[in-house]
Amino acid sequence: MSSTTAAHHDEHHDHPTGIMRWLTTTNHKDIGTMYLTFSLIMFLVGGAMILAVRAELFQPGLQLMKPEFYNQLIGVHALVMIFAALMPAATGFANWMLPLQIGAPDMALPRLNNWGFWLLPPAAILLTLPFTLALFGIGDGAIATGWTFYAPLSIQGGMGVDFAIFSVHLLGVSSVLGSINVIVTILNMRAPGMTLMKMPMFAWAWLVTAFLLIATIPVLAGAVTMLLTDRHFGTHFFDAAGGGDPILFQHLFWFFGHPEVYIVLLPIWGFMPQILQTFSRKPMYGYKAQVVSLWAIGALALVVWAHHFFTVGMPVPALLYFMYSTMAISLPLAVLFFCWIATIWKGSLSFETPMLFATGWIVLFGIGGLTGLVLADVAADAQYHHSYFVVAHFHYTLFAGGMMGVMSGVYYWLPKMTGHMFNERLGKLHFWLTAISFNLTFIPQFFLGLAGMPRRIPDYALQFAEFNAISTVAAFVLGLSQLIFVYNIVSCARGGKKATDRVWEGAEGLEWTLPSPPPYHSFTEQPIVK
Amino acid sequence: MVMQFLKKAGLGVMLAMISLAAHAQYTWNFPMPATPMAADTLHVHNKFMVIVMIIFLIVLGIMIYSIFNHRKSKGHEAATFTGPSTKSQVVWTLVPFAILLYIDFVLMGIPAYHSIVMMEDTKTNADMVIKVTGSQWRWQYEYLDGEAQGIKFVSNLTTPQDQIDNQAEKGKDYLLEVDNHLVLPVGKKVRVLLTATDVIHNWWVPAFGSARDAIPGFLRETWVRVDVPGTYRGQCKELCGKGHGFMPVVVDAVSAEDYAKWVADQKTKLAAASAGADKTWTKEELVAHGKEVYVKNCAVCHQAEGQGLPPTFPALHGSKIATGPIFDAEGKLVKDGHLDRVFNGKGVMPAWKNVLNDTDIAAVITFERNGLGNAVGDVLQPAQVKALR
Repeated sequence: MSSTTAAHHDEHHDHPTGIMRWLTTTNHKDIGTMYLTFSLIMFLVGGAMILAVRAELFQPGLQLMKPEFYNQLIGVHALVMIFAALMPAATGFANWMLPLQIGAPDMALPRLNNWGFWLLPPAAILLTLPFTLALFGIGDGAIATGWTFYAPLSIQGGMGVDFAIFSVHLLGVSSVLGSINVIVTILNMRAPGMTLMKMPMFAWAWLVTAFLLIATIPVLAGAVTMLLTDRHFGTHFFDAAGGGDPILFQHLFWFFGHPEVYIVLLPIWGFMPQILQTFSRKPMYGYKAQVVSLWAIGALALVVWAHHFFTVGMPVPALLYFMYSTMAISLPLAVLFFCWIATIWKGSLSFETPMLFATGWIVLFGIGGLTGLVLADVAADAQYHHSYFVVAHFHYTLFAGGMMGVMSGVYYWLPKMTGHMFNERLGKLHFWLTAISFNLTFIPQFFLGLAGMPRRIPDYALQFAEFNAISTVAAFVLGLSQLIFVYNIVSCARGGKKATDRVWEGAEGLEWTLPSPPPYHSFTEQPIVK
Repeated sequence: MVMQFLKKAGLGVMLAMISLAAHAQYTWNFPMPATPMAADTLHVHNKFMVIVMIIFLIVLGIMIYSIFNHRKSKGHEAATFTGPSTKSQVVWTLVPFAILLYIDFVLMGIPAYHSIVMMEDTKTNADMVIKVTGSQWRWQYEYLDGEAQGIKFVSNLTTPQDQIDNQAEKGKDYLLEVDNHLVLPVGKKVRVLLTATDVIHNWWVPAFGSARDAIPGFLRETWVRVDVPGTYRGQCKELCGKGHGFMPVVVDAVSAEDYAKWVADQKTKLAAASAGADKTWTKEELVAHGKEVYVKNCAVCHQAEGQGLPPTFPALHGSKIATGPIFDAEGKLVKDGHLDRVFNGKGVMPAWKNVLNDTDIAAVITFERNGLGNAVGDVLQPAQVKALR
């Protein structure tokens, strides 16, 4: 389809302009853009929070803030990064790319799609509003329990906890709506000839993600609602004095919390093989094995949750079960790693920015995965648990495995979305600064954890001083490097060298058959997949 | 501001480099194990780290080989395979996964099983039992059996606030020092029961290799057998509010003779405290002692001048409770009165009944009513507190 017919087609609609266009849009690309923009903004907000924390941790002693405020920053940083940066980024890609990749004109449920997005800004405001309110003397600030809401600390907390609970409710509704939309779109709107086993890997991965979201978000919503009634309506779900159990909350939370890790990562495992195959100029290795592994990980994710709190004291059989089932995840994950590396093996490689991020992502995410395997061991976990070792581990999975994956995706599809090429030199600079400063930030934290520094403390003993100083300086470099990313995206959106339809030499898939940027209603004539 | 930070940052990195070079023994691993459990944990950790390093380096090596040799710029032509095609290839593809299975469930899985069984066996051959109670933000220790039965005390952080606020030079054990150390005999298996009074805490000494949550309303257990005499320091490991970073654990492991001496000492002190509860104190004595108790136990929330941190921690200065009656006309304890609140707690306020002795409670209440800008004028005698038990 040519771009002239697309432009002609667009004229039939009486689109509102300005703010109304964005408020009322039901177009998958507009909504995808909003998700991605929202994600980028919240990534900067969450990053600023943690830089304040790192500045406080630069030296022993309390320099910049009180412990109360410190506790608020660490918890809200995590909630913002997970719920408002990583998840919306994945949903943004789903909105933009799923219809393009499966040959559909739009998402199946466009109005629901609009609502799904517009629930996010109020949720983000609810989450961070208590900071502002506290400035005016209302309440005592945002939630200070860490992102995990553990009772009874969260029952004791101020109104920041209530704000966070309602924020999570909204985010949850948004996620479930998005998931329903993804499932319906993938199952009903594929181009003729695109059987399930011919579907792009990104669609498969999002299908698993959507099912995981629908399975676990209601449990989280239930858990925080129980917390809310414990706080205000005299129930005792998590209070031993009334017959409840604080550990019940941890079970409920992590029944959501563990799959959440995969909810954040699966979409990336979906598009990453596509990026690898593009820049290897070689077909994807082990398509079927990858699909099976994605589902296996989705299923296992639902049954391993208690490894997040081995130290609460559990019966030996429970410890053994959760340890061995957690170790079992390494198998399908190893299949994925094998396939990713086999995809680049004997390819014809070139290292444009998306590929740089993708290769760096495999290596760094590998470190996250391997340290996770060690963490599964109950005996060693007694030492690692809630120490900086864990902090380093999950930043290797969620920053390197999550954010750097998202960055790879952004650079990969940005020319398709905007119609312009980004500045390749800045992109490469962004990659190297990010990769190096990321490692300098978090490798010291592994050693801090081994030496015995607990996480979530605002001040620390003197033997931890050197590693913390290094970590803080590197964290600031890491944070500031992201401004290059922002600049690159903004200038790419505003102009630059025209992108071709295919953009990348080795790109395969339906999205590359459309012009860059694609027409308003992506595919108005169904493409036929052979 | 930014320049200042950069300057400080540069200085910090330089200092770090210098001190890293100076301390050749800088800790890159778990601390020296002091218990069988920690020795086991260290062994497990070292073994697994070697295994994952090997896996990582092999995979990284393969990737680096590919990245350098299969480049388009070197004219490498892309292959077209999408999976193993011959039978021998299929077998070769399965080899890494067989190795992984072996590592997971044999190499790592079997020792892990034995470690868990050892870790959770708190009762077999236990020589003594202690109870550890976490509360915001201090630990309380109680000896439940043997010669030390009945000894109990609270262990508070002793690092002065001005060190934390950077107004004084930080001491050697900054944030890892307490007034009353937990004292344990070397070589004895100690069963440790844990609970909490308010929120979840976690009792952790890295050199012991055991970390266990202290959960309000429930008992959990772990065990330690310290084989090397010495002083061991650790911290609370579960976020428990604003004082989470300020409730260290300090344990002295001592020889059998020193332990017996310590126990005898503590018993004498307990007897003296009990006798003290029976005598009549003057107001000045009570206020003076009460001030010490207040600074140690109450000031963290209610603040040094009694101004509190509203809304969570109310002010005591001019407080209705702290200036209201303690006993009613018939001599009965006033519900939600001053003593009732201190004794039994409510909401965030912990119950001090089982934490402080009669003299401490009487003294701190007398102090709060006659210090902190309050001037009620009355005196609470330790005997009156004792009568409530």
